[in-house]
Amino acid sequence: MDKLTILDELKKVLAPYTTNKEALGSINDQTDLIKDLKINSANIIDIIIDAETKYGIEIDPDSAEKMSNVGSCIDVIMEKMNQKE
Amino acid sequence: MNKRVVITGLGVVAPNGTGIPDFLEAIQNGTSGIRFNPQYEALNFNCQVSGVPDFEWDHLKTYVNEVTFHGLKGQGIGYAIKAALDAWNDAGNELDYESDTVLWDSGCVFGNSVSDTAVIKNIIARVDAKEARKLGSRVIEQVMNSGATAYISGRLGLGNKVITNSAACATGSQAVLMGYEYIKFGMAKRMLVGSTEHVDPYIFGAFDSMRVLSRKFNQFPEQASRPMSTSSGGFVPGSGAGAMVLEDLDFALARGASIYAEILGGANNSGGQRNGGSMTAPNNGSVIKCLEEAVMNAQVQAQDIDLISGHLTGTMADKMEVANWMAVYGKNNNKFPLTNSLKSMIGHCLSAAGSIECVAVALQLFHQFVHPNINLEDPNPEIAEMIGMDALPTECLKKEINIAAKANFGFGDINTCLIFSKFDYNG
Repeated sequence: MDKLTILDELKKVLAPYTTNKEALGSINDQTDLIKDLKINSANIIDIIIDAETKYGIEIDPDSAEKMSNVGSCIDVIMEKMNQKE
Repeated sequence: MNKRVVITGLGVVAPNGTGIPDFLEAIQNGTSGIRFNPQYEALNFNCQVSGVPDFEWDHLKTYVNEVTFHGLKGQGIGYAIKAALDAWNDAGNELDYESDTVLWDSGCVFGNSVSDTAVIKNIIARVDAKEARKLGSRVIEQVMNSGATAYISGRLGLGNKVITNSAACATGSQAVLMGYEYIKFGMAKRMLVGSTEHVDPYIFGAFDSMRVLSRKFNQFPEQASRPMSTSSGGFVPGSGAGAMVLEDLDFALARGASIYAEILGGANNSGGQRNGGSMTAPNNGSVIKCLEEAVMNAQVQAQDIDLISGHLTGTMADKMEVANWMAVYGKNNNKFPLTNSLKSMIGHCLSAAGSIECVAVALQLFHQFVHPNINLEDPNPEIAEMIGMDALPTECLKKEINIAAKANFGFGDINTCLIFSKFDYNG
């Protein structure tokens, strides 16, 4: 799965957790989940769980801590998918 | 401080009506909300009927934002959100969810008996399957007992006392009394009070095992809830939520609120599980004391009561309850007050019973009617002899009623009685 596909899929994972649909439509690597998308910090864990299901991966707590903006989310997801392969 | 306390908003999710207009019509028409429950049949319950509100879950999207809605599973919390926010809106308050204002003068007392067991079941299954890490962030807020109050107060920005109370079947009326007292003694200007209950197979399965549920009317669900009848053989599981906005009279008048009724006072005690009282049965002396203290605190006489909204569940306890009412309100009284049981139409909503019944009392005082006791075809002869059939309307009565008493009695030997009156500015 390439980066663009992951970004596209990630939008779907993030959608239920933000009311700011406009910001979600124009996310890039720098978009911060909490500051820009106004996602409740407690919901980050739900996003990680949903991402695990979606991509068939396991995200360990240390990697999860890195997932603060869209770019770092994609990096972690790609890394875990590559490990799987 | 001794403030007058009025009811300015109502909200309800009941088996025979969701929303005040439908509920009002149903209680005036004597409409039963009891239906056959196929799940109870599949689970081999003796009781296979229940009262489940007609509740469209997606409708909650208009009450909470989509992020909150996503992951909201607790049925009782859903009922509570609708009833409470409807009451707030009905009181003419703005529903400004985005404002940063904290309403320091407004609080909430909302009760329940058990948090949602469907949510608990999910946690147990996940944890036992060694998948605790997949539970996510949204389950604790829905299994904590204060879940309903947390959702309600957060949605409205309530900044005064936010309390979750629990006193079994006395929960709802106890919540109303607590809210009333905070305003009466000047600690709050406005309290959103009520309670919620989800008709839950695990909780009612355990009641079924106690042999206290109706089991002989499974083929005739609408006839199953029969308070004060010879043929009543147990109560019918019900569920829903009731909510009221209570307000300092001066505060309500200053903002031009319309007023349904006034609360004059009430009492809440426990029989200490002594002198006949136990975990499951009331100490009759303490019930009588509670009913007496309620009229005393309300500064009315027992003979001033026009309407008794009983606890009256449809069990063997009905007779004793009526005898206790008789001991207090039958004194010096040629005519026993009109007495009705909302449970004849909606079953016993446990924690939510008191608040839904309080909503019904407020509506009867505001619209000046007495709702019928349905299914009272074969009244218990001892009850009929004690208070007379004239006191037990089986049709809706359009009638002047000024003062109403509402009581509920709960496991743990807890009693609550409230005295309501039609609102009259001159008191």
